[in-house]
Amino acid sequence: MGKSSEKEPLFSAKNLKLITEPLDSKNPITVLVLGICSALAVTAKLKPAIVMAISVTVVTAFSNLIISMMRKSIPTRIRIIVQLVVIATLVILVDLILKAYVPDVSKQLSVFVGLIITNCIIMGRLEAFALGNRPWPSFLDGIGNGLGYGLILIIVAFFRELLGSGTLLGYQVIPADFFVKNGGFYENNGLMILPPMALITLGIIIWIQRSRNKKLLEE
Amino acid sequence: MKSFRRFIDKIKPTFEKGGKLGMFHSTFDAFETFLFVPNKVTVKGSHIRDYIDMKRTMVIMIFALMPAMLFGMWNVGYEYTLSIGQSWTFWQNFWFGFLKVLPIIIVSYVVGLSIEFAFAQSRGHEVNEGFLVTGLLIPLIMPVDVPLWMVAVATAFAVVIGKEVFGGTGMNVFNPALLARAFIFFAYPAHISGDKVWVAGLSGGQGIIDGFSGATPLAKAAAYQIDKIPSVHDMFMGFIPGSIGETSTLAILIGAVILIITGIGSWKIMVSVFGGGMAAGLLFNIFAVNPYMQIPFWEHMVMGGFAFGAVFMATDPVSSSQTEKGKWIYGFLIGFMAILVRVFNPAYPEGMMLSILLMNAFAPLIDYYVVQANIRRRLKRAKQVANV
Repeated sequence: MGKSSEKEPLFSAKNLKLITEPLDSKNPITVLVLGICSALAVTAKLKPAIVMAISVTVVTAFSNLIISMMRKSIPTRIRIIVQLVVIATLVILVDLILKAYVPDVSKQLSVFVGLIITNCIIMGRLEAFALGNRPWPSFLDGIGNGLGYGLILIIVAFFRELLGSGTLLGYQVIPADFFVKNGGFYENNGLMILPPMALITLGIIIWIQRSRNKKLLEE
Repeated sequence: MKSFRRFIDKIKPTFEKGGKLGMFHSTFDAFETFLFVPNKVTVKGSHIRDYIDMKRTMVIMIFALMPAMLFGMWNVGYEYTLSIGQSWTFWQNFWFGFLKVLPIIIVSYVVGLSIEFAFAQSRGHEVNEGFLVTGLLIPLIMPVDVPLWMVAVATAFAVVIGKEVFGGTGMNVFNPALLARAFIFFAYPAHISGDKVWVAGLSGGQGIIDGFSGATPLAKAAAYQIDKIPSVHDMFMGFIPGSIGETSTLAILIGAVILIITGIGSWKIMVSVFGGGMAAGLLFNIFAVNPYMQIPFWEHMVMGGFAFGAVFMATDPVSSSQTEKGKWIYGFLIGFMAILVRVFNPAYPEGMMLSILLMNAFAPLIDYYVVQANIRRRLKRAKQVANV
């Protein structure tokens, strides 16, 4: 995306920060607590979580870019509708691409791809960032927030799939001999597959993050 | 004893602030106060310092659990002899059960206490004694055949997620012991439900006599095999399969008497739980649409974990309602809903655990409205007085 014509270099320290900050101290899920719903729903397995992460990153990045380019011509009173049209168009594109190239994952994600439209992170970034910034930083901000969302999704999904199904990306990781049905002692944790455990895993991630970074602690 | 006290006093300075092992102060303090009555006195203010501190409270609770635990050990052996069609002496039964139950108790204590100590150390708190009771409650509500590593995982989950994240003993929303059971119940359902897990060795299936069923009375009732439910006498005495400590209503009632006399457990909660259960049972008796609803309401009191939950779980002073009126509401709803879940939800033969956990979540709300009602009442009275 070489669209910007700013004098400052494309990846200046300020711009890089737009990508790195959402990964940790401004993470949309663990710090802003947005987009929780889909984080609970699609993280039972690693593969849908990765696909979901990529989809959301693409949608946030491009909707941020498009809205930022249009920001001076959108009347303030109808901006939400305009934003929704842009997001919806992108989501439908993503949905169709998923259906065409990874139909099985698309089936697993079911409505949650469509529900990216209502993902608070996207609207939040449009309102908070894209409407007041140039296209290139907006694009980077979209990528950063999408990656920040995806990072948490993948961490949660990693533990849920490993402990709940004993697999990673569908490959058996915990040796099959360990299982009770094969004469071992191990059993998959059924609770990990249920949504409550996604919330608890998320809570533990937030706990670890905040005990490492004391600035995030609320008074 | 005296020399031991002298030894403790001698090594004490090492653990004080600035001492060589000062970082282990809370661990040392925990052991010292566990062994001896603390000699701390109040220096200022008008606080009353009583010998009944949290440790004594917990120890009495342990005493109250003893009958249920000892009977549970014996019953493990007894049910086993039934399944292999032999008859053993009292001590053989007891010894067999003792060896089966002891590892579960040890695992629960070791895992729970090490987490508790680790958190107390890292936060610089004193070690709280809450786990003394939790650590014994967990084995008592487990099936005897539960794999030990599951007990360890569940205990760790209950202590960390159920207690430490809220700030430790006294801050937890849910009863940690029940949380451990709920964890196993949802994570490893095959090991804590069904007909095979309640009698030692039954899931292995070796040497079991023909026609022996390890189904609990509740499972039989849920399957509408009403005629196969053991007699009320057997269920009251506890000669039935079930979780280790829950079978004998008699042993539990002895515990209840200890708790009520010492004032540790709230009699209001116990009475209202039984009241709520009987009300629900009676209601179902009146309608009696299916065979399960026809079971006389008093039989519900001696089946499954109802009595155990009412006496030892619902009365948990931390997670129950704090207001006196609230206790009645809280207890009644526990009892009522436990029977409701039992009778109407075939997936969950026992509703006690779920209904207590549910009401744990609602206890603060009940308290809030009781307090608000009291404030309103008094404001009204104040207004009346002002108008006169």
